[in-house]
Amino acid sequence: MLLLVRDLGGIAILFIMPLLLLIVITLVQDSTFKTISDIKIPVLLVDNDKGEISKNIIENLSESNSFEILQKTSEEEAKEAVFSGKYQLAIVIPENLSASLQKKVDQNVEGILSKFGLEEDTLAIAKEAIPQKEVRLYFDPATQTSFKSSVKNGIDKMISKIETQSIYKAFQTELGEEDSEPIFDTENFIAFKEILPTKNNAEIIPNSAQHNVPAWTLFAIFFIIVPLSINLVKEKNQGTFVRLRTNPVSYATVLGGKTIVYLGVCLIQFTLMLLVGIYLFPTIGLPGVDVSGKLPMLYVVALFSGLAAIGLGLLLGTIAKTQEQAAPFGATSVVILAALGGVWVPVFVMPKFMQLISKISPMNWGLEAFYDVFLRNVGFAKILPEISLLLLFFLTTTVIAIIYNNRKNAV
Amino acid sequence: MIIINQLSKKYKGAEEYSVKNLDLKVEDGEIYGLLGPNGAGKTTLISMLTSLLKPTSGSFTINGLNFKDNKNQLKQLIGIVPQEYALYPTLTAYENLFYFGSMYGIKGEILKKSINEHLEIMGLSRFAHKKTDTFSGGMKRRVNMIAGILHQPKVLFLDEPTVGVDVQSKNVIINHLKLLNKQGTTIVYTSHHLNEAEFFCTHVAIIDNGEIVVKGIPSELIKNQPDAHNLEDVFLAKTGKAMRDYA
Repeated sequence: MLLLVRDLGGIAILFIMPLLLLIVITLVQDSTFKTISDIKIPVLLVDNDKGEISKNIIENLSESNSFEILQKTSEEEAKEAVFSGKYQLAIVIPENLSASLQKKVDQNVEGILSKFGLEEDTLAIAKEAIPQKEVRLYFDPATQTSFKSSVKNGIDKMISKIETQSIYKAFQTELGEEDSEPIFDTENFIAFKEILPTKNNAEIIPNSAQHNVPAWTLFAIFFIIVPLSINLVKEKNQGTFVRLRTNPVSYATVLGGKTIVYLGVCLIQFTLMLLVGIYLFPTIGLPGVDVSGKLPMLYVVALFSGLAAIGLGLLLGTIAKTQEQAAPFGATSVVILAALGGVWVPVFVMPKFMQLISKISPMNWGLEAFYDVFLRNVGFAKILPEISLLLLFFLTTTVIAIIYNNRKNAV
Repeated sequence: MIIINQLSKKYKGAEEYSVKNLDLKVEDGEIYGLLGPNGAGKTTLISMLTSLLKPTSGSFTINGLNFKDNKNQLKQLIGIVPQEYALYPTLTAYENLFYFGSMYGIKGEILKKSINEHLEIMGLSRFAHKKTDTFSGGMKRRVNMIAGILHQPKVLFLDEPTVGVDVQSKNVIINHLKLLNKQGTTIVYTSHHLNEAEFFCTHVAIIDNGEIVVKGIPSELIKNQPDAHNLEDVFLAKTGKAMRDYA
């Protein structure tokens, strides 16, 4: 304990860095959780159509509140700006899009009506070939696929809607109805509604803090592996391990002492991160963390997650011979366990094989337990399997460390 | 009493034995010096006797006990002063000693009293609450030694306890060891300081290539070696003048 207290720089890193990580990640991810974002992505738009459709597209993009439209006159200029990384996206609307779409729709509508015998001069219409039009999208090569997909889907949906509206309008015109009194309802008939879990008849709306605090707190808790394993390796290198081995105290007792101290560190770390989530987040424009009625269960999950992390740290520190072995291995394994556990990418979007592997990551057990408490509002019985696995992981790694040490130093 | 029978150690991957079929008997109350050139096997022998290394073959007992059957009892009985400073640099001398002393089950006032007495004898009282990373080599050696004797061991093993220290520190260490011996502690120690060993040890064994080449009372060894005036002459006669560099 004293060794930790004396290392003020180490303590600062141990407590402040995870807090910084939590704040930065939550700030970065906050917009993805907001239904109406304050952030607008600048989009270059080249309007070669200058018609009804391009007007519609521009209006729709502006109304989406996600994009800030910057008009350009040259496709080449827009392409260069996007490909050089200055902008994420450019949309090029082709020439005569409105006129061609109108012509195509009219042609189709007249064709349909003629089948019903409603069109008088059916034979007089000669079917003119109308070439297909394409709205060209340019993306910055560094743009992530998920962003590209969501933009493509959005624009596709918007164009489909405009096409549908044009078709309805054409029918109305052909039927000789007034434009001012629409006879077709162009709004979507099928709508989606997300049903959220409730607590005391109030909906629990997930926010970036509720997602990030458990995920990154767990990440920070597992980072205890690094200082703990280094501490054990240092004992070996500075000679104090010789005393620990030659005094009448078992290795299990030595590890027990370290477990208690580092578990205390984990819980202090957890408390600080909760305090930041509850009190600091609202002051910097982030949603606060709601822990009402959940604190005891949250501490139970933190305690068992801490134990699992400590178990791995003890094992690594026992096996590693140098700090150069312990530090990079410890840090890398935390990152791997976090990736497998679903801290960065949700487990359900992983390939099937990785989903199976994620089931054996202690960080996945911890994260699921935290989500159960934070977001799913479950009882203690529901988190019992996860905390049991975390405890089992701690016991297994610690026992392996003791057996390894005893075999290596058997006399 | 320490009885060593045919004790051997061959390190993994090594071609030669570091300690080879070694027999030795150390009676209660003796100060036994293990002398030899670099790589002779002195530290390996002490490491086996203190449970830090597993022997390849052979056996030994300390006061009739062995590590296989009486590990904790034996660990309580012996004290170890390793060659390296086995101290936490960011803790004070007092904190280091308190921690290591409590590992032997000494507690409360008894431990505090013992620490203060030893610090006083070793001339370190005024530095008790200073971090050991600010200490000189000689001061660290003295704290290192106190950590090995706080629990009043019956047998004390010291590996080069006076290496790299000034004359004053060496004098304090040797005098304290003599005092402990008078109080009934058997001492086994390794050293390169042959002059020191000649006057300090009741018995010595000169080890070379993992084997004892000669052992006995220093004055008798000098007397029995032709043209020898001191222990160094005996040492050179028995181990030769060739350099003993190894890696």
